[in-house]
Amino acid sequence: MTSKIEVGFAIPERVVLIDRQMLKAYADASGDQNPIHQNEEFALSVGLPNVIAHGMLTMALVGKYVTDWSGGTASVKEFGARFIKPVIVPAGEKVDLTINGTVTEVSGDQIKVDLVATSAGVKVLGMAKAVVIKK
Amino acid sequence: MLAPDSVGRTFAGADSISISQSEIDAFAAVIGETDTSIAPPTFTIRISLDQFQNILTQPEIGLDWSRLVHGDQKFEIFAPVKAGDSLSCSATIESYRIAAGNEIVSVRSDLHRGAELVVSSWSTLVVRA
Repeated sequence: MTSKIEVGFAIPERVVLIDRQMLKAYADASGDQNPIHQNEEFALSVGLPNVIAHGMLTMALVGKYVTDWSGGTASVKEFGARFIKPVIVPAGEKVDLTINGTVTEVSGDQIKVDLVATSAGVKVLGMAKAVVIKK
Repeated sequence: MLAPDSVGRTFAGADSISISQSEIDAFAAVIGETDTSIAPPTFTIRISLDQFQNILTQPEIGLDWSRLVHGDQKFEIFAPVKAGDSLSCSATIESYRIAAGNEIVSVRSDLHRGAELVVSSWSTLVVRA
């Protein structure tokens, strides 16, 4: 039994912790071995504050948040985001990725969700939206 | 600096790409997904970005990949991707502009399984000044 989803419904917040080990695992799994995601010296040399997470890792974690709610991987029809600020991952630390979602449109079996992702209080994704068919 | 006449061009991938279960497993493990019967929604970025890099860094196109950051990303998923799929990909350079010295390229990737379009994705890539 599922209750009817209405516009304005807030998906419960989730906090995911990101560390250097996760960045290495994502680099290997995605094939994106850009050193800005693993090598602090290199990241600083190109003007970044520290090693930063792959934007696509952030997006993948937000995708998992959505699919856990909407009923699995196959439920996602559209998914997009802008990478507006980096998730900064200092050595030896676990930084937060805090994710929230709100239903903005329900049409037939399609549900539009607006997503907000922050790290250390800073919004890291802009215009983050997904269209899902909820099971 | 991107060659101006490359905007609008579509490039077919050289070969189709086979998706293995171990690739899906590794990607799913990072995000804590335990259902690996189909690939997570953003999995195909691994194919698309690789193809964009191959195309855009060709000498006649001329993008400097070493200063590249990802500006935005969008997926439309028409059918799930699974282990054993053989995907052919084409990439299109949709637009190019320079803003404050940064080069901004919009590229689209279309992944087909046989005649069926399974995923289209759009990436904005920024080469920082």
